[in-house]
Formats: sequence, structure tokens, C-alpha cells
Amino acid sequence: MSETLADELSDDAIVLGAEAEDWRSAVRIAGDALTATGSTTAEYTAEMIRAVEELGPYIVIAPSIALAHSRPSPAVLKTGISWVSLAHPVEFGHAANDPVRLVVGLAAVDHDSHLATMSNLAGVLSGDIDRLLEATNPEQLRALIRENTQ
Amino acid sequence: MKIVAVCGMGIGTSVLLKMNAEKVLRTLGVDADVEAADIGVARGMARDAQIVLTSEELAPEIGDVSAKVIVIDNFFDLEEITTKLKAALPE
Repeated sequence: MSETLADELSDDAIVLGAEAEDWRSAVRIAGDALTATGSTTAEYTAEMIRAVEELGPYIVIAPSIALAHSRPSPAVLKTGISWVSLAHPVEFGHAANDPVRLVVGLAAVDHDSHLATMSNLAGVLSGDIDRLLEATNPEQLRALIRENTQ
Repeated sequence: MKIVAVCGMGIGTSVLLKMNAEKVLRTLGVDADVEAADIGVARGMARDAQIVLTSEELAPEIGDVSAKVIVIDNFFDLEEITTKLKAALPE
């Protein structure tokens, strides 16, 4: 629980300036990053896409920001988070917050294990998102996140 | 007072909404229980809640409840949450 968001984002979990042609492709990149860190299986990526197909683009929780996730399931191996900034914004079909420039992928094994990370995330993303989106390498991104986590 | 934050899965957006609503309520000095719920259990929980917080897409799914349903556009905007909560809180 003491881990901070920056520490949890390993290089594998970060994709900067990703090329996504549509929202599905953007969510898939976030899912692939979760899989690369050993947090999820490929099935979880499919579940995240299905969640939007079934429930709509409610995961676009703020201007420019989508929080891609599904529920705890056997496809989640451990709680994890991924960070994907997009080279070109994509439309999710959200009335107020489109287009999306940042997709945060989230996988949780239960309802509580990720609360510290979420609290960090809320703090960081309520700050200056433009600066976060300027990061060109993982080290720089983690430094910006740490700066905003204080 | 009971407030329910609702999202599709109960682990992501509703948790953020719950955290930010708690921050706002502390600032306002309001004593309330905020719970996060997924849409499946939300209808039941909303029955004895006074306020439901959710996103525009999910609001119609809550159904017919006596609680006030508040739609939040920007989950990170504490000002928006403050304004909308203030308007919905009982005098």
C-alpha cells in the first residue's frame, strides 16, 4: 500500500506518443501494457473493450482522460496500472470529455488493493495534465508524477 | 446521510468519485457515508441513499430511486463536485 503511482509504473507499463486509430486500439495498447507488466492476461484487454461496448464511454472520466478497466476476474494476475499517452487524440463518443489524449489502464484483484494507487492517481490527474502529456520518456513521466504526488 | 458513487465495474471510476466526494464533504463539514458501487448493486444501494453520484452514461441505468441522482462530467474537478453536491445536500 505504500507504493506510489510513479513506482508502480515500470517502463513496460508506460507507452508515450502511442499511435491509436480509434478508441478500441487505444484501450488495447493500455491492455497490452498491463499484460507486459504481468498484471493481466490478454483476456482482460478484451474485457475492458467489452465494458465500453456494453456500458458506453463512461470511462472517459475527465477532459482528455480515459480510465480503461474491467472488474476483478481470473484475467487479472495482480493489481496494476498502465499509462498510455496518444500521439493523436481519439474519440470515445463521450458527450463532455472527448477527445481522449491519455488512457490509464487499471487492473485490480479485489476492491481494496489498489486504493492507494487510485488516491495518487486522483491527485496527479487533477493537476496540470498538459505537462504530464509532454513527457517523452518514462523517467521524465515518473518525475512529473512524483512532483504532483507531494 | 448515505451517498453512493456508481460506475460500471465498482473498482475504477466510482472509487475516484468516492475519494473526491469525501474530500469535498470534509471541506464542507458534512458528515456522510460515501460508498462505491457497480451498476449491478447500485439500484439496491440507492434505495436507502440520499444522493447518487455517477456519470452521464450510467445515470439512466440507476432507474427509479428516491435518491437525488447527480451527474459528474469531470471526476477530477473538485469545484464541479462541490457545486453539484452543495445543490443536492439537504438544508
